[in-house]
Amino acid sequence: MAPGSNLSLRSLAVFRRNFLVWKKLAIPSLLGNLADPMIYLFGLGYGLGNLLPQINGVSYIAFLASGTVCASTMNAASFEALYSAFSRMHVQRTWEAIMNAPVTLEDVMAGELLWAAAKATLSGAAILVVIAALGFVASPLALWALPVIFVTGLAFAALGLIVTAVAPSYDFFMYYFTLFITPMVLLCGVFFPADQLPPLVQAVGSWLPLTHAVALVRPLLFGEIPAGIGGHLAALLAVAAVAFWIALTLIRRRLLK
Amino acid sequence: MSPLAVADLRKSYGGREVVAGLGFELARGECYGLLGPNGAGKTTTLRCCLGLTTPDAGAITLVGEPVPKRAREARMKIGVVPQFDNLDPDFTAAENLIVYGRYFGMADATIRPKIAELLEFAGLAGKEDANIRTLSGGMKRRLTLARALVNDPELLLLDEPTTGLDPQARHLIWERLKRLQAQGKTILLTTHFMDEAERLCQRLAIIDDGRMVAEGEPRQLIRENIEPQVVEVYGEDAPGWAEREAREFSRRVEVSGETAFCYVEDAAPLLARLAAWPALRTLHRPANLEDVFLKLTGRELRD
Repeated sequence: MAPGSNLSLRSLAVFRRNFLVWKKLAIPSLLGNLADPMIYLFGLGYGLGNLLPQINGVSYIAFLASGTVCASTMNAASFEALYSAFSRMHVQRTWEAIMNAPVTLEDVMAGELLWAAAKATLSGAAILVVIAALGFVASPLALWALPVIFVTGLAFAALGLIVTAVAPSYDFFMYYFTLFITPMVLLCGVFFPADQLPPLVQAVGSWLPLTHAVALVRPLLFGEIPAGIGGHLAALLAVAAVAFWIALTLIRRRLLK
Repeated sequence: MSPLAVADLRKSYGGREVVAGLGFELARGECYGLLGPNGAGKTTTLRCCLGLTTPDAGAITLVGEPVPKRAREARMKIGVVPQFDNLDPDFTAAENLIVYGRYFGMADATIRPKIAELLEFAGLAGKEDANIRTLSGGMKRRLTLARALVNDPELLLLDEPTTGLDPQARHLIWERLKRLQAQGKTILLTTHFMDEAERLCQRLAIIDDGRMVAEGEPRQLIRENIEPQVVEVYGEDAPGWAEREAREFSRRVEVSGETAFCYVEDAAPLLARLAAWPALRTLHRPANLEDVFLKLTGRELRD
């Protein structure tokens, strides 16, 4: 079956369903999404940052702020595509209810993908607003970070859906966070420039999707036009497309066998 | 045109044929029952009919559309009450209906005016803002029925609609299903409650191991498949007594625990003999669908 053949605009009804749930708890949800990254940003930024020299001509906290935008986007998309989507698929059987209506599994998955990316964008944008208010953003060029954040959200939402497709229970998600998400934060230049790492590790890091997000968002926040925009965007979009295709194939096997 | 026609449906899981050549056809406006023990293939059959499982072989036409090819189009005119409650716990009763209507492409402005009427039908008048978590099992099932009606379907598919409900709640669901049928809707339900099937269904199919073992009107199935009278004999010695004495009067005696079921054309001679055994309690009754079901699918446990 071609991946697109069962897709329709009904996926927007799935998106709206999730949005309506979120709307009920919007403020606590946003604050929750902000609190954790902000604690790290201020704790490490000021505490550790005062011990450090400037990095590439900016203060450590400004360097960390731009990385935090990317890491938070990744985390928000991952949580939504793992825990929340799994609840809807497995625990609440919401997907089952939806698919009894004229909505296909492909629509459901597309709705979930878009929703997780949108929620991640909200999360990334909220941090962007806070760090702009604190003066860590150089120019309006930073607004171009928003589409990058959305594409980053798509990539990590799609990756998360693969894990959800094969997860037997919530506990399974710990492996994904421990083995994939946490190393990525350390290898992709969120806390420190990746060129501090041994060459082999750097090489691995350069293949990870978060690297591409950081490579685009950081210069934009510093008021520079990033180098190699096309390549980085293409890499993120390719991850999103391939991962979504794999997730669909696996979920079809799980639910429609 | 039949609302649902199924021909030679087959589906295997891991080498085991769960549905093995099932065929049936619903007449417009009837209530048709699929009866079978657990694992007989009822739910798999429903999933195939909805296009949620691709059958290995067979043909399904649902409200005029070939399934699974055009399952999405067919589901526009179908209402489904699933076996397990899957209402949205994050929403109120009214929101559940609105959000579900959107899955059919309905505008909120079209759904809103229908909400009060749908809730009223489900015996949930005034519960628009009720939190789903506060509803009882029966209320949830009725709200699920209301949700299945949001698109004004031609055909309703109900998978064990009263499993897990108390008698009051079951009777209310039955009454509502009869009303829906009176409105001209066609109903397909699966159940393993014989009284439910006998009460609601004009026709039914008994399926076992994915095959149809009998099909017809409830009365006709009883007439054709089983002796008209049953004498149940209870007591510690009932099985032994039945082996020694009842065979004389009854062609078929079935023993289950401390109960012997004696199937007879005429109960009088057997009852006369039983009068001499005051230690044995007896119940004389007409044969029912459960007797047919147990005869055709056996008494051993399925789970």
